[in-house]
Amino acid sequence: MSLSVAATGFGLLWLVLVLWTLLENGISAITPASFSQMTPPPGSSGGLLNAIFGSVMMTLIATLVGTPTGILAGTYLAEYSRGSRFGEAVRFINDILLSAPSIIVGLFVYEVMVIRMGHFSAWAGAMALAIIVIPVVVRTTEDMLNLVPNALREAAAALGSPKWKVIVLISYRAAIQGMVTGVMLAVARIAGETAPLLFTALNNQFWSTNLNAPMANLPVVIFQFAMSPYADWQVLAWGGALLITFTVLCLNIGARALASWGTFKQ
Amino acid sequence: MRNVDFFYDSFRALKNISVPLNDKRVTAFIGPSGCGKSTLLRILNRIYELYPGQRATGEVLVDGENILAAGLDLNLLRAKIGMVFQKPTPFPMSIYDNIAFGIRLYEHPRRSELDDRVESALRRAALWDEVKDKLRQSGLSLSGGQQQRLCIARAVAVEPEILLLDEPASALDPLSTQRIEELIAELKSDYCIAIVTHNMQQAARSSDYTAFMYLGELIEFDETERIFTHPAQKQTEDYITGRFG
Repeated sequence: MSLSVAATGFGLLWLVLVLWTLLENGISAITPASFSQMTPPPGSSGGLLNAIFGSVMMTLIATLVGTPTGILAGTYLAEYSRGSRFGEAVRFINDILLSAPSIIVGLFVYEVMVIRMGHFSAWAGAMALAIIVIPVVVRTTEDMLNLVPNALREAAAALGSPKWKVIVLISYRAAIQGMVTGVMLAVARIAGETAPLLFTALNNQFWSTNLNAPMANLPVVIFQFAMSPYADWQVLAWGGALLITFTVLCLNIGARALASWGTFKQ
Repeated sequence: MRNVDFFYDSFRALKNISVPLNDKRVTAFIGPSGCGKSTLLRILNRIYELYPGQRATGEVLVDGENILAAGLDLNLLRAKIGMVFQKPTPFPMSIYDNIAFGIRLYEHPRRSELDDRVESALRRAALWDEVKDKLRQSGLSLSGGQQQRLCIARAVAVEPEILLLDEPASALDPLSTQRIEELIAELKSDYCIAIVTHNMQQAARSSDYTAFMYLGELIEFDETERIFTHPAQKQTEDYITGRFG
């Protein structure tokens, strides 16, 4: 036991150190200007507004594309494909996609979208993120639907309910909390993804709402600014890092709270 | 039921079963675990078809129509034949919506009419007085016995012709069991009821006919009184006197 406590402490120590360093350096970097001004050229003052907007925009589109796709595919696996070989294959491939390095996803979208369109774009960035969202949502949806007791499905079917109504009105309702939790965890994951965006949305120094053009986003801005030799850029990178970490933390806590609220209610 | 066989993949779980089910009567199926009595019940609304690899052959005639025929609308069949399961299965929604769920599937009653239907179903299941002030609360908030009566109310709300009860009281305490049995006695004036039970006193108390099954075969079928006083088969006698099973 003492060994596992020590290991836990060792792990926690680094987590606390990371969070502490982040807070120490980042808190002073977050000012009203961070939310109201654009990323500056080196040597002048500025903020992160365009990057925040870009991150929110691409995360939003990726979630809007990835969630329905993932939920429908997860529903297929849990409710329709039982025992079928095709279902097994889909599940297996989804698990591979789930653990695929995100840079591979970025390269793939670079190949099929960026090269064909001839330029980097926010659409490509959103698609790369959606590809990361889908397997997460597929997995959680399937797992949550599998937790719904078959007796409940039988009871609904025994009343004469067509299968799609059993799924939509009974299974989804019984599993909704877990499914929403899965979507939130997927959003938390893509909020901090850098690699797929490097190859797709790239970055933009200016305010842009054009989804067909490169768009700024927090992870790539952090990447560029932190690697730069300019002190004021590095400060902004700290601020952005703190912002992302805080958002992801909130999403995770929200997901946990939602999940435990669900078990409590039952 | 005539000459019905049932298969789980290649395993023959029911062997050439023929048994009548009479309207406005309660027929009980008894027998040791694994004898096929629940399987038999699950044929009557073809609920077994939710699972691949399960199939039934033979004939089950309801109003002269073979319900095992291919091409039959399963959902309409199941709307006509209600089923209550061993464990209470309230849906994760309000008490009111639990009852209204089945009604809304095939009818579109006006609000006031729906209210009346829900109330009368709950009254018939002897649950109305306990829940009338909390119809909006979750069905999961009820006790086990109440949940089971909610499921019975849900089944009768769609006004089926046949009611299938699969060990409806086996997960309940004695008092709840008694209430369920009283309920069965009341409901039989309107329905053809088939009940599976491994509680022989329950079969003796609440049924008109009893079928004794063993290892997938129907050993004996007769009026309940005869089965429990003068069984024709040695096996039946051994089982009801507790010598095996």
